[in-house]
Amino acid sequence: MSELVLDLEFIVGHYNYWMFVILMMTGLYVTVSRGNLVKKIVGLNIFQTSVFMLYISMGKIIGGTAPILIDDPDAVYSNPLPHVLILTAIVVGIATTALGLALVVRIRETYGTIEEDELLVLEHEMEFAEAVQGGGSR
Amino acid sequence: MTASLIGIAVIDILLFTFLVITAIAIARLRNLFAVVMLAGVFSLLSAALLATLDAVDVAFTEAAVGAGISTVLLLGTLALTGREEKKPRHSPFLPLLVCLVTGAALIYGTLDMPSFGAANNPAQEHLAREYLERTPVETGVPNVVTAILASYRGFDTLGEVLVVFTAAIAVLLLLGASGKRPSAGRRGEE
Repeated sequence: MSELVLDLEFIVGHYNYWMFVILMMTGLYVTVSRGNLVKKIVGLNIFQTSVFMLYISMGKIIGGTAPILIDDPDAVYSNPLPHVLILTAIVVGIATTALGLALVVRIRETYGTIEEDELLVLEHEMEFAEAVQGGGSR
Repeated sequence: MTASLIGIAVIDILLFTFLVITAIAIARLRNLFAVVMLAGVFSLLSAALLATLDAVDVAFTEAAVGAGISTVLLLGTLALTGREEKKPRHSPFLPLLVCLVTGAALIYGTLDMPSFGAANNPAQEHLAREYLERTPVETGVPNVVTAILASYRGFDTLGEVLVVFTAAIAVLLLLGASGKRPSAGRRGEE
């Protein structure tokens, strides 16, 4: 019985990390397995958000409150440091997302598609054409 | 103590369930408009989760940036590139295997992590206590997150502004430069 309670405590103390790992891996799966570049960026965003939540959950104290100082001397505050780091990370994350999307728009302008498979085929064709041209002029 | 822990666990698991369902729906759907909308929902749910974890400032930012600006940017990109995703040609088993192995390794790594929400975590011991004690004396700002962001770690924030500035210039160069060359098409300016 006591072993069971111990196990339950362990699970309650660690399930949040496992949930974040599940979300993270879903994001990784979307990024790796889907060919569409916009969807890859959405997958990266999912991955990124779950890392943020992992960091924040490490600073949480049960029974604590948000780190905004109040008059009660017995008040327990959650750790403010991860909050600061993640605030910075969110803003940097949106900057990289914007840059990635701008690159997607340029790729679409140049190649006419944003599917990875088709882009690879097009690139091979271009390389082949260049090689043929280079061979013919010599 | 235990009752509040279980209460938090119930709310968290509810939000987690929604988050996981949303993420799986994003992975399965091929209509990109729906994917973008679900990404906004994902951000909003994660903002709610961050609020339950006492990170109110982060929750605000995530709701504004993740659910707001990022959705607008994605919709703008969809308008320029098209709404349907094509069916992937290669089989999904290799990526699935890679994700499962990585996930298993990460979960193995969490077994040594300190328990969630304990007040004696190593992360809670040194720096955080210093900041909480010194902020009212040295800065007088009631919100400790603001005090650290602007006063103690001002250079971090300066670096962040630099990154955003660089990204903005790069986006302008990528999209703005195409308008001047007639051969490259006019889509970037729309």
